[in-house]
Amino acid sequence: MKYYVQETCFYLLVLIIVIASVFPFYYAIITSFKAGTALFEVDYLPTSFNLANYAEVFASPNFIRSIFNSVFIASATVGFAMFLAITASYALARVRFQGRGLLLMTILAVSMFPQIAVLAGLFELVRFLGIFNKPWAMILSYTIFTLPFTVWVLTTFMRDLPMEIEEAAIVDGATPWQIITKVFLPLLWPALVTTGLLAFIGAWNEFLFALTFTASDTQRTVPVAIALLSGSSEFETPWGMLMAASVIVTVPLIILVLIFQKKIVAGLTAGGVKG
Amino acid sequence: MAQINLKGLRKSFGSVEVIHGIDLEIRKGEFMVFVGPSGCGKSTLLRLIAGLEEISAGDLEFDEKRVNNDVPAKRGIAMVFQSYALYPHMSVYDNMAFGMKLAKSNPGEIKERVHNAAKMLQIDHLMDRKPKQLSGGQRQRVAIGRAIVRDPRVFLFDEPLSNLDAALRVATRLEIAKLHQNMKDVTMIYVTHDQVEAMTLADRICVLRDGLVEQVGTPDELYEKPASVFVAGFIGSPKMNLLQGAFSHDFDCTTVGIRPEHIEIQTDGAAKWRGKVVHTENLGSDSFIFVDIGHTEPVIVRQIGSHRIPVGTEIGISPIDQHIHRFDENDQIIG
Repeated sequence: MKYYVQETCFYLLVLIIVIASVFPFYYAIITSFKAGTALFEVDYLPTSFNLANYAEVFASPNFIRSIFNSVFIASATVGFAMFLAITASYALARVRFQGRGLLLMTILAVSMFPQIAVLAGLFELVRFLGIFNKPWAMILSYTIFTLPFTVWVLTTFMRDLPMEIEEAAIVDGATPWQIITKVFLPLLWPALVTTGLLAFIGAWNEFLFALTFTASDTQRTVPVAIALLSGSSEFETPWGMLMAASVIVTVPLIILVLIFQKKIVAGLTAGGVKG
Repeated sequence: MAQINLKGLRKSFGSVEVIHGIDLEIRKGEFMVFVGPSGCGKSTLLRLIAGLEEISAGDLEFDEKRVNNDVPAKRGIAMVFQSYALYPHMSVYDNMAFGMKLAKSNPGEIKERVHNAAKMLQIDHLMDRKPKQLSGGQRQRVAIGRAIVRDPRVFLFDEPLSNLDAALRVATRLEIAKLHQNMKDVTMIYVTHDQVEAMTLADRICVLRDGLVEQVGTPDELYEKPASVFVAGFIGSPKMNLLQGAFSHDFDCTTVGIRPEHIEIQTDGAAKWRGKVVHTENLGSDSFIFVDIGHTEPVIVRQIGSHRIPVGTEIGISPIDQHIHRFDENDQIIG
């Protein structure tokens, strides 16, 4: 009897958590299929299936362009951040040098600054480099903000890889670059996928930098583009379009997570690399 | 194929020196075993020879050529690690071929060498498996196979048997001995803390203690003529009986050593020492009798065959004169 009560409570709790986390997205989906004044009625079940909002979003100038901007910026950020983080974490985990601990703490400290605190300085930097209103402005700033986390996670993972495997590779004649690419990377896949995915999501959703470092509508990323969607008049918030756009930009993330799901699970369960 | 010379080799980690100047000559095709208690620097010494640690001072020569600054791959060495250190994501074949692939060898030759090595070690049916699908003994064979494929001048073993269970250890030991016979001109250096492995495998043994060479010699030499109390106590199982105080003064030395098999039980009154039996270990082929003669530790006496002497029996024992080892106050051999 006690067993059933415990089980029921457990699944009840699971249900509450799932509802709390999924409901906003669910509500966005069902709202996006509504049209006209139906938008302002509170319904918990789908009442209509109207694709007008989606058509309108895709018809709006530059929305598709902004999706491509976001894909490019997020992918490039992940690429740069992964390259720098892998090489940096190899050094931090495996190469003995002066001030290694201090450097690690500094990297961690960098991630403590709130975005708004570095915005002005970063803006000057972006202007100085002549990349204002270009995707590189976002790629640079996102990479800076992603790196501390990525480096820390990968350094921890790399430290856990057995020293002897690296030494075996050294004896086999591998250079540091070959050790990283041929021996460590395959072992670090789960960690790479997890951190890479988080970096991608971070870059995909970022708003403040994207708003500040772009001026023209063709350079916007998706979050900014959605925020700047306007209705027929200044005083109307186009809820239907907003909901449809939100659903559209969430789909790529869901697809990514589904693709890499197996790797993520592998990363969570197969912690050690017992030779 | 290489003669190795160590000349005043030193290694410090920060301000701590762990290898205090080692001079040693390892001959071509020799099976040299470094043995010593943990922390004696034997593994560090092996890693210095391998090139995995930087040499702080002194010279390391392979065939009279200084290799201090050569990277491991350039020295022509292969190493078998204690934990096997196989690449977990590669198949057995790829593990063994990795070094040759990095060296951009001809694919046909890679295949041939890997298959020959695999056949020699009887792992040719495992080529497509991943390391985690293998047993401990199989993994160690793959690790040895990977080393063979490199066709090294010098073969280095870092406690390769310590992760195996007792039965497998004996079997693998035999295989390493066979390997040495098949690869006569390859110099092999083997690190272990187990003196049985050292005695059974080595052409010569180098006993290390606190970063210094204590004695170098063939297993027989070390067993029969230990140069110091340390070597006397380390080589041989069970340990040599080492007696001090009044017992050694009889022999005009600070410490007297006598191996268990060199003590006779005497029933007449002429016995050198008398004491009570405190314990017996009967192994069938021989028996060890522990006799308390008033020294801090009981004296161990080896008797061939099965001997059951009840605990508490008082017996007389005498060392055989020509097998007595005498050591001075610095623990060095006299004479």
